[in-house]
Formats: sequence, structure tokens, C-alpha cells
Amino acid sequence: MTNQTSALVLDLKGLLCPMPIVKMAKAIKDVSVGETIEAYATDPGVMADIPAWCRTTGNELVTLEKLDKQFHFIVRRLK
Amino acid sequence: MATVEFPLESTLAVQSNGKATKNKVTMIVCSGDMDKVMAAYIIATGAAASGMEVTMFFTFWGLKAIQKSGSLTGKGLFGRMLGVMNRGGLDAIGPSRLNMGGMGRWMFKLMMKEKGVASLPELYDMAVELGVKMMPCQMSMDVMEIDPKLFKENVTGPVGVAAMLEEATESKFTLFI
Repeated sequence: MTNQTSALVLDLKGLLCPMPIVKMAKAIKDVSVGETIEAYATDPGVMADIPAWCRTTGNELVTLEKLDKQFHFIVRRLK
Repeated sequence: MATVEFPLESTLAVQSNGKATKNKVTMIVCSGDMDKVMAAYIIATGAAASGMEVTMFFTFWGLKAIQKSGSLTGKGLFGRMLGVMNRGGLDAIGPSRLNMGGMGRWMFKLMMKEKGVASLPELYDMAVELGVKMMPCQMSMDVMEIDPKLFKENVTGPVGVAAMLEEATESKFTLFI
């Protein structure tokens, strides 16, 4: 799962709402369907917002985890 | 007691004129306060980033949120007074509470910058980039003597309530801020 390389790695550290999902919305257009985006963020809001964004846009949340002081997630473009 | 069954899907997904509802949100921005305008642009950019079509209709004090910075409005005496006392532009608007003659605005800007929150001009640019449609209210522009040339480039021509209602009718939800 995570050992697969992502097509794009995004640094969302330091960004607050709504910027993480705005950046995701832009970045998802830069990868092909089936490819993944891997991102790191520091805003705790992503724990709720990234799953919600994936549900509304119809993309797959592969993983979302809280690391030490940051959040790491992988989203697969489905359409 | 007999229960009435509503064909939920069909009643919710179709407007009164029979057209299908779009994945869209319409926002009426009536306030010109920093906090409320900020909420409006955050919801607008968030909705656009989530794949929704977004229309923002700016009326009364809300017009200050789409004026170019430093633009002075007004033609007659009262209109000019209004323009001087209520400067438009995203840099000039202050919070609805504790503005204290501009000190509150300065303090909030500083605190938001420290925390890394996007500024109002940044949020506006983002909204434009994501294709958010912005419409000014003709009647408020007439009352407050605001020339359409003083609006930012991406604002559409002036519209009335019917245009706003048409947008709202085909939306999933409408917000009044």
C-alpha cells in the first residue's frame, strides 16, 4: 500500500483551512486516474476534511495517519 | 393513521421548473465585515475545491468585498461621504466586533498571518482561480453610487434579484451571509 510510489508528493505543512483541500483539488488534476497523491500537513483539520473531500469528489482515501507532529495521507484519483 | 409517502429523490432533485438541480451552491454576501467576508470566501473556495459550481451574489455592504483596493466611491455629497467612511477593498474592511478604529483589523491580520491563515486577497484570488462566479447587485450599486469600474476584474456585470434567484433555484443549497 504505502510502499507503492505516489505520482505526486505534496507538502501542505503550515497551511490552514481551506488551503489543504484547495491544493488537493488542484493537484488531483495533475495525476492520471488510478494514480495516487501523497501529502503531509500540519493542520489537525485535515483529519476530518480530507475524508470528507474524498467522499464529495469521489476519490479514494488510501490512508490517513497522524504522525508525530504532522498528518500523512494518500489519495487515489478515481475519476 | 395513513402515512403519505413522498418520492423523496424526485422531489429533492428537481426544481419547480422541472430542471434538475446542479451540484451547485449560491451565496448571498450582504455583509462587508472582515470575519463574514472571510467565512464567505472560505466556503466558496472549499465548495469549488470539492467540485461544486459556486455563485456569489454581493449586495449592500457585501459590495465592499469585490471593490478594488483604495477605490473611492460616490458621486453626490452623501455618496462621497459613504465612500470615505466605508472604504472598500479587501485590505480596508474590518471585523464586525472590536475593530476599534482599525486596530482590530490590524491585530486580526497580524494574528492570522502568524498562524498561516490565507489572507482575504489570497482567498479571493483562489476563488477566481477555481472558477467562482461573482455577481454584484445593481440596486445596491445605485443606492451607494458605486461605479462598476471600481470592481475587481473577475466580477460580472450588475444583476438583479431574479438573476440571483435563478442561480439559487438550481443550487443544492443557498447561504445568506
